[in-house]
Amino acid sequence: MTGFYTLFYKEWLRFWKVRVQTVLAPVLTALLYLLVFGQALRGRTEVFPGVDYTTFLLPGLVMMAVLQNAFANASSSLMQSKMTGNIVFVLLPPLSHREFFLAYLLAAIARGVVVGLGVFAATYWFIDLPMAHPLWILGFGLAGSAVMGVLGIVAGIYSDKIDQLSAFTNFIILPLTFLSGVFYSIHALSPVWQLATHLNPVFYMIDGFRYGFFGVADTSPSLSLVIVVSCFFCLSWLTLWLLKIGYKLRP
Amino acid sequence: MTSAIEIEQVTKRYSQVQALAGVSFSIGAGEFFGLLGPNGAGKTTLISILAGLTHADSGRVCVMGHDVVSDYRAARHALGVVPQELVFDPFFTVRETLTIQSGYFGLKNNTAWIDEVMENLDLTSKADANMRALSGGMKRRVLVAQALVHKPPVIVLDEPTAGVDVELRQALWRFIQRLNRDGHTIVLTTHYLEEAEALCTRLAMLKQGRVVALDDTGNLLRAQAGCQIQLRLSAELPAALLPQLLQRQENGALRLSVVDFDHIEVVLATLRAAQVKVLEMEIVQPDLEDVFVQIMNRS
Repeated sequence: MTGFYTLFYKEWLRFWKVRVQTVLAPVLTALLYLLVFGQALRGRTEVFPGVDYTTFLLPGLVMMAVLQNAFANASSSLMQSKMTGNIVFVLLPPLSHREFFLAYLLAAIARGVVVGLGVFAATYWFIDLPMAHPLWILGFGLAGSAVMGVLGIVAGIYSDKIDQLSAFTNFIILPLTFLSGVFYSIHALSPVWQLATHLNPVFYMIDGFRYGFFGVADTSPSLSLVIVVSCFFCLSWLTLWLLKIGYKLRP
Repeated sequence: MTSAIEIEQVTKRYSQVQALAGVSFSIGAGEFFGLLGPNGAGKTTLISILAGLTHADSGRVCVMGHDVVSDYRAARHALGVVPQELVFDPFFTVRETLTIQSGYFGLKNNTAWIDEVMENLDLTSKADANMRALSGGMKRRVLVAQALVHKPPVIVLDEPTAGVDVELRQALWRFIQRLNRDGHTIVLTTHYLEEAEALCTRLAMLKQGRVVALDDTGNLLRAQAGCQIQLRLSAELPAALLPQLLQRQENGALRLSVVDFDHIEVVLATLRAAQVKVLEMEIVQPDLEDVFVQIMNRS
């Protein structure tokens, strides 16, 4: 237990020590999106009836920040450790592959949650956000960041160079998080794009998360949760297997 | 007595290169063991397999009787490794680094031991300094401390004094010898053969993934190199003695190999017959470097 907890604590400290970069900066980015899109589209579109666009936008932005930062925490930490060589200090101790996995995962979730709370805290005083179903908010927040945390572990293990990790981030993570209905309702899209969006697991995270606030969603929140949790289990199974065989970490 | 380390028929291939081609030997508890070999011989690969950082293709390795794969927890608890490169985590101070390392091994309240180790390695004044701010020598001392936080019975040091100044090298030697006297088994890899000769009681030499020598240091020195004499002569070396010429020194001295002490008489007789006067003569004890070169060239 101590070994696992130490690794989790170390990973927490890693991002907390540089929280200006790891927490404050993403919060600011989310605020900028809010400002720009909120100003640009205010009064011109109403996605949910009776809900101001900026208000509609906020949960999606929070979730986007949560997901991107959960991914970034695990992936960049592992990448850096491998590049500098100090991964050896994590590989030498008698930690099992499950302990390794859980520690990085929980730290990724922690970072995601902290950033999410940060965005809420920054916008609390000027946006009036309803909270129809708080448990769904919590559920999707945790499930979504867990999926991204696992993905981050995979990306961190796989990538040998910064290029590879950048490619993973820019060509997979960013498109998935941007084209997930954060900025628009899926009904505003053409049928082809609607189908594409339905194939994006992040869509279900955003949709379900938003349901927790407005009580309105494009898809049934129960279905969304099942999809997200299934993704988590599939990815976790794969990642645990990769860790067990020592893929790229213990050649 | 349990062997500290048992290596049985270990092979490892990296795409084009056979790094280890069936290495077998064991290291007894409490030994000070040296692992020598040129670059690419397989030393680091062998250590990586020992530490669980790499998987062997075949064979079996045990640390204090625990298989490094099937019983990896116990094996890793019993092993402390000082890596070759100066790796560190730039986010933490020395004390944090050692506390975290202790935590990985399940030790929650290790402060007293950490303080003792830091004092022995002259790190106390830098306890709260960030790892980034330390000199190379200091970082190396922290690496040694990290390997000791969980008091492992077996300690492996991969070229611990590479690029280290004389003072630190001496300090590390004294420290490692003390650890050995306290009962820790030490495995050392090094390119500094004088270091291996001074510290190690038993040696293995690897070449291209195979063990080419395995014996007590004393035996290796005695058995392999024969004897050498260094002469300064009044004239050219007679042709008859040329096959024995090992080296021409810069100051004009000649180093010859002789089979044994009796053979010196034969050499002197040959010189006398050729009317060559011996101006200076010195019997040179072979050092490990000579032995090493001989064995490597022979294999």
